[in-house]
Amino acid sequence: MWSEVKAIVLKDLRMELRSRHSLGSVFLYVVASIFVAYSGFSQIVDVPTWNALFWIIVLFAAFNAAARSFASENAGRRLYLFTLARPEAVVIGKMLYNVMLLTVMVLTSFVVFAVMIGTGPLEQADVSALMLALLLGAFGLACILTLISAIAAQTDNNLGLMAILGLPVILPLLLILMRFSKNAIDGIAWSINHVYALQILAIMLLSAALSYILFPYLWRE
Amino acid sequence: MAKQWWKFLSALLILFTLALGFRAPLAPGIVSVSPDMLSYGATSVAILGYNTKFKSAESSLQVWLANSDLVYCPYELVVVDETHIRASFSIADEIGDSFFDLYINSDADGTIMLPAAFMQNGINVGLSPIRPQPCLKPLAATETGAFNYPNQSILNETIRNILFHVPSWFAMIFLMLASLVSSIRYLSGNKAMDDLAAANAAHVGLAFAIVGLATGSLWARFTWGAWWVSDPRLNGAAIGVLIYLAYFVLRSSVGDEEKAARLGAVYNIFAFFMMILFVMVLPRLTDSLHPGVGGNPAFSKYDLDDNLRVVFYPAVIGWIGMGMWILQIRNRISKLKLNKILR
Repeated sequence: MWSEVKAIVLKDLRMELRSRHSLGSVFLYVVASIFVAYSGFSQIVDVPTWNALFWIIVLFAAFNAAARSFASENAGRRLYLFTLARPEAVVIGKMLYNVMLLTVMVLTSFVVFAVMIGTGPLEQADVSALMLALLLGAFGLACILTLISAIAAQTDNNLGLMAILGLPVILPLLLILMRFSKNAIDGIAWSINHVYALQILAIMLLSAALSYILFPYLWRE
Repeated sequence: MAKQWWKFLSALLILFTLALGFRAPLAPGIVSVSPDMLSYGATSVAILGYNTKFKSAESSLQVWLANSDLVYCPYELVVVDETHIRASFSIADEIGDSFFDLYINSDADGTIMLPAAFMQNGINVGLSPIRPQPCLKPLAATETGAFNYPNQSILNETIRNILFHVPSWFAMIFLMLASLVSSIRYLSGNKAMDDLAAANAAHVGLAFAIVGLATGSLWARFTWGAWWVSDPRLNGAAIGVLIYLAYFVLRSSVGDEEKAARLGAVYNIFAFFMMILFVMVLPRLTDSLHPGVGGNPAFSKYDLDDNLRVVFYPAVIGWIGMGMWILQIRNRISKLKLNKILR
């Protein structure tokens, strides 16, 4: 099982590195949207606006990144993969790969965002809590979006349907995430803020478990 | 016919709910006072009652203000008509609390009150207030027996909405559960009828959700002052509606029926649990205006009195039964269409 998971993660990683343009497009998407935000707002000092804009940009970039995880598998390759690995291994492998991709993406976009939109709001930030918010955000987005992208990949209108199916499911996570990271930026004590981290963990675990159970039904045709 | 008794029961229960829900009067209560400030010295105020019988019970009528443990009676009291009283109070220059609760007692209405009816204006609030003379006569015995709903100070007549708002959400959750069960059955058995049943249940549930949103929005306008407020429970409800709309979009966007059914079932199960997590669990951990959430009392705890219960529980059962009835009819239509009997 774990060797299959490892093989799938490595396969995706190797494919990603082999065709640099697809990985580059994800990061270009983030940088371009941050640049658009910069052109519109220049620097933002207001913490709620700063925070909300960051997560909105990350949200759409995450949709864009996660949508490719199954779209790149055409029907023939899906059948080939089906004969090689168990569906549970496939979904865990894809999820782990998405976690890695989104973690790198979220951290990069945070740095770019802070540099371009302004580091003013971050002066009183609780840095460890903020890092945790970024990491949990990446993990949670990856856990939910893996199954959604598996569903959307089987339809004709991949990216459009991905947004329609994903947004209502992801909105709870996003609302909690925004509040968590805003509190972290404001430097609110961990004893008050840790509730949000637990909530994100709960959403993550539930969505991962549901993906594990439901994915085999999507996979067989 | 013997199996259909529950349909007649739910129709009867809904008729009962509608009749009693709209026809039964509200208990007597105090709507407003003007002015709502009391200053040192004499102040004359107008009191507006609702469903009260001030004039008929004038002989036994007593009006008083409670301020911490002090009781102030009016030195002059004029009963204008059944719902209007003019009262003049004389307040000393040191009192025990910033707010005065207004009480009215009579043998027709019992004791009714308006909490924090008046705010003090420029009077000293201290620990050793000047005590007025004890002035209350023995209270008139309360006549009970009339069937009426409690008259809450902000809710007033809108309290009837609990008989329509809450049951429609219960019916929605029930139908979404039916949809979930059908989706699980579809994934384990691959029968086309199970998928159609899941879609039908989601359709009917969505109709109830829209009723729930509409009644809730109306209620929010009258109690919180806005048609929509940003609140975990309300956001959760809106997300629930969005999820089922997305489910229909997904089903209709895939040409292959078998594939649409499979994708729809997977999304339905996934989305249901995410919605339940959001609507049921998370709002309890954060603050919310909505009753039953974040430390706010739900109606069942304080406000749902015995008279409301008599109508509320039948309404819940009746609307759930009605939802199941509509679902059954839709399922029959689907079955006929599936077998090419009906087009």
